[in-house]
Amino acid sequence: MSQVKTIKVNAIKNGTVIDHIAAGKVLKVIDILNLTGNNSVMIGMNLTSNKIGKKDIVKIENRELSKEEANSIALISPSATLIIINDFEVVKKTSLDMPEYIEEHIICSNPKCITNSEEIPSKYYINNTEPATARCLYCEKKYLVEDLKIKI
Amino acid sequence: MKNLISMRDLSKEDIMRLMDTAAKIEKGEIIPNMQRKLAALLFFEPSTRTMFSFDTAMKRMNGDTIIMSGTKNTSAKKGETFADTLQTIAQYSDIIIMRSPIEGAARYAAEVVDLPVVNAGDGANQHPTQALLDLYSIIKTQGKLENLKIGLAGDLRFGRTVHSLAQAMAVFGAEFKFISPSFLQMPDYLKDDLIEQNIKFEEFKDIEGNIDDLDILYVTRIQKERFADPEDYERVKGSYVLNKAMLENVKENFKVLHPLPRVDEIHIDVDDTKFAYYFPQAKNGVYTRQAIISILLGEV
Repeated sequence: MSQVKTIKVNAIKNGTVIDHIAAGKVLKVIDILNLTGNNSVMIGMNLTSNKIGKKDIVKIENRELSKEEANSIALISPSATLIIINDFEVVKKTSLDMPEYIEEHIICSNPKCITNSEEIPSKYYINNTEPATARCLYCEKKYLVEDLKIKI
Repeated sequence: MKNLISMRDLSKEDIMRLMDTAAKIEKGEIIPNMQRKLAALLFFEPSTRTMFSFDTAMKRMNGDTIIMSGTKNTSAKKGETFADTLQTIAQYSDIIIMRSPIEGAARYAAEVVDLPVVNAGDGANQHPTQALLDLYSIIKTQGKLENLKIGLAGDLRFGRTVHSLAQAMAVFGAEFKFISPSFLQMPDYLKDDLIEQNIKFEEFKDIEGNIDDLDILYVTRIQKERFADPEDYERVKGSYVLNKAMLENVKENFKVLHPLPRVDEIHIDVDDTKFAYYFPQAKNGVYTRQAIISILLGEV
């Protein structure tokens, strides 16, 4: 009997698919990408994955994520894959790498940090250890990457 | 070295160059000349010792200073941005020396202006010039910085001087004893750094009985206002007061350091012992700051 592959989340014509998101993290991905505008968004949660066991997936119609935006997703789910779709075809598929440095997209949790009192972008160095940590360039406080407040 | 913002930025070589320059200045082997040089001392948070120490350092080298203390009479009160204040002051001066309650303020200042910036304390984060003068005091009294056993006592949670000093001494393979009430312990992020560097440390709750194997005991003040319940303060404060009787069995080379101001955490009966070094330590601050300014302004 031949294997039948079914698509549980509808295909999109143009846009971005973020696949292999660690199960349970998709809502955080939607939150950091601020997907509240006009783009249609479809999500799947706790789907079976050969690669990571259980996964979440999000499909965003008519929006192509930049590398910078994708980097931020790596902070919450390094296993995620970024797929760009054009006319129902996959035109680019990249696995995400944990960035070593990230500017602007992290809100420093230290209320006394200058990035919370002046209009300046935060700057964080990421240490890809187990567990991954991040240090604020300005106030020098170190946080677990999973605890970071991320915004795009 | 373009700025002095954090001990994290300094290599062992940078530190030794600063130590060497401070020693030469103290001995009169080099006499930096800062004539026609102006340091802007921007103290957005009150300070007497650090500000006077920088002021003295500059004037001992024939330089001059302009001083802003507090924010009461500044244009920050009129709504001027921090960046604009800095850029304006930068037009008048050759070096900016600043203290701020905002953490990372000096790092940001260094990004905004082209002049050298010295961090004279940013919130609970860094106080690198204090750490360097502490290192200079340690090298003067111990003859070396490597492999010493250092006790840090008092408020280790909020005290930026102990944070900077612990980082600095870790570079030289120090072993630490952290002595504090449990809720004023060294923060985890700093302890994690030490673990990553394979630096040994132990934590204690009393000074007494834990100083006989130390080379240096660095005492800081525990502020009463840190305690939610004043009774808790009364209960523990005696454990963090160093007195002469506790020094009976300390090592010959043992020295007591304190960033000052002292309140009652070192009893005055310690002052007359050969172990007290906190007042010479303050004097060392001037030589160290002379060295810092001279190096940053390319005068040595």
